[in-house]
Amino acid sequence: MARIDLVDLAKSYSGEAADVDSYALKPLSMTWRQGGAYALLGPSGCGKTTLLNMISGIVAPSRGKILFDGVDITARSTQARNIAQVFQFPVIYDTMTVAENLAFPLKNRGVPRPQIDARVAEIGRLLDLTPHLDRKATRLTADAKQKISLGRGLVRSDVSAVLFDEPLTVIDPHLKWELRSKLKALHKALDLTMIYVTHDQTEALTFADTVVVMHDGRVVQSGTPEELFNRPAHTFVGYFIGSPGMNVLPAAVSGREARLDGGVITLDRSYPALPAGATIEIGVRPEFVEVAAPRPDLLTARIERIDDLGRARFARLRIGELRLAARVSGALPADGDSVGLVFDPAHVHVYADSRLVEGVA
Amino acid sequence: MDKTVNQKAWLLVAPVFLIVAFSAVLPLMTVVNYSVQDTFGNNQFFWNGIGWFKELLDPSTDLGSRFFASLWRNLFFSAVILAIEIPLGIVVALSMPREGWRVAACLVILALPLLIPWNVVGTIWQVFGRPDIGLLGYTLNHLGVNYNYVSNEIDAWATIIVMDVWHWTSLVALLCYAGLKSIPDAYYQAAQIDGASRWAVFTAIQLPKMKRVLLIAGLLRFMDSFMIYTEPFVVTGGGPGNSTTFISIELVKIALGQFDLGKAAALSLVYNLIILITCWIFYTVMTNAGADHKARTGEA
Repeated sequence: MARIDLVDLAKSYSGEAADVDSYALKPLSMTWRQGGAYALLGPSGCGKTTLLNMISGIVAPSRGKILFDGVDITARSTQARNIAQVFQFPVIYDTMTVAENLAFPLKNRGVPRPQIDARVAEIGRLLDLTPHLDRKATRLTADAKQKISLGRGLVRSDVSAVLFDEPLTVIDPHLKWELRSKLKALHKALDLTMIYVTHDQTEALTFADTVVVMHDGRVVQSGTPEELFNRPAHTFVGYFIGSPGMNVLPAAVSGREARLDGGVITLDRSYPALPAGATIEIGVRPEFVEVAAPRPDLLTARIERIDDLGRARFARLRIGELRLAARVSGALPADGDSVGLVFDPAHVHVYADSRLVEGVA
Repeated sequence: MDKTVNQKAWLLVAPVFLIVAFSAVLPLMTVVNYSVQDTFGNNQFFWNGIGWFKELLDPSTDLGSRFFASLWRNLFFSAVILAIEIPLGIVVALSMPREGWRVAACLVILALPLLIPWNVVGTIWQVFGRPDIGLLGYTLNHLGVNYNYVSNEIDAWATIIVMDVWHWTSLVALLCYAGLKSIPDAYYQAAQIDGASRWAVFTAIQLPKMKRVLLIAGLLRFMDSFMIYTEPFVVTGGGPGNSTTFISIELVKIALGQFDLGKAAALSLVYNLIILITCWIFYTVMTNAGADHKARTGEA
């Protein structure tokens, strides 16, 4: 159990001399607090697995330091780091029983037998593996194998952190829910720092207290699921999180008004300090744009189609060349209809070069 | 849906059938024919029933004693070279580089002995071991070791075993290397995370994953060493005395040296049967291991 500090950590697979823009992970400093449940969220190739593997020591950083509880462990081997990691595909030791698999990390570290047995029994119970403990670990389903891998990650009570690298990829959807809530429960029960890498926003948002969103080798925002949803710090966060993603529209902002191609939107705040020459956009989640009957004071858009997601309906709209999505709560307009759009000013954000700009109330 | 019945398809098999008949079945049948007859020359044959087989399997007769003596020599030889080549092959495979130009270099060097014709291998070692002009024999004798494979049984055996190890360990090593390469990195990473020692990685990951290639390597090496003829024939000619006369060498002596066709035919058939049975046992073990493997990946 430890606090993990990353200090100016970076990784380049083509050597440190290469251009920083080509780094798989751009220089990064952040702190993971002890006992936190973190998710590293981002699309494939954004550097999240690289970051995870550097924390566990499988990949050596090109520069920077990693501190566990203030102690620099950058140069230490994986074995010496006292960290647990669960991989995307199940790794099981074929010749051992399920119980021996779970006991393996403890046995290798010379934990006394009675303690191993107790711990294996506990983890087996938490993961519903108790009836299988004495059978050989071969010929199990992928789900069961991955449970064993998870178990091996969780079996050591003294680890600095448990890292998960997309552990539920091979799991059937209906079991995903179950295992995810189980992990959440285990986090509470075992009080371990957990870092969970995924490209699935549902997984990240349900598992973590803090979601760290990565994009192109950088951390673009880190916060609670609510913060990510309500105040995306980067347009990437806006459209990566949420379904459908945030509407990002080019606009000219002056005073408390944003001028789009098709009209004007009122803003809650003013933005006197917008950087000159930057690309200015406004971002607003579809949940905060309502489709209404056309009125002269509203932005007018044409409906392309309506997606019924069950819990809500979203209209896909066009304003000239711009595309956006908006919530439909009342009567269902037909495709091709012209409608008015009602924006919730509190949730319209302004972005300069894709980054959130704080407004003045 | 029913399968289409088309008996014409048998025609496609016919060529293979013919070739196998002429190349294997008919010659084998002539051997069977000889094995139940005796001849005193002049192309006159007499029916002898299972007489030769009875004699062959009775160690108190001359034929039987020669057969069993060479059989035990063969089994001992196979056991020794398996006991050396399999562990040595594993060690070589484990110490081979994983990537870079060294891989190619290692593979080429390892493949070299496998590419040399067998009688050339025999000749190389025959010359290499000669006390008068051979590098090995000359050096050993100069160092005070009285080494002479022509007159000393133990020296002859040592030469043949070392020669076989030199010739065939590469095969085991290459098969093991292929087995090792197929292990995903995640296994090694997980083992690091789990704090496994080098030995634990070997016993928990590498050895189980190499099980199938090791079975194949074992089968190939057993069959080859059990049927060995050329190399010992070139190096020692079966001597000194009969100390390195393996079944194949004995067979050639009886068939071509003494021209005892009946005895030789009976010996060939029994030899063949032993090989078939061993093959079948290995095959069964291997397909069982394979079924095991399939069941596992099938579910994954």
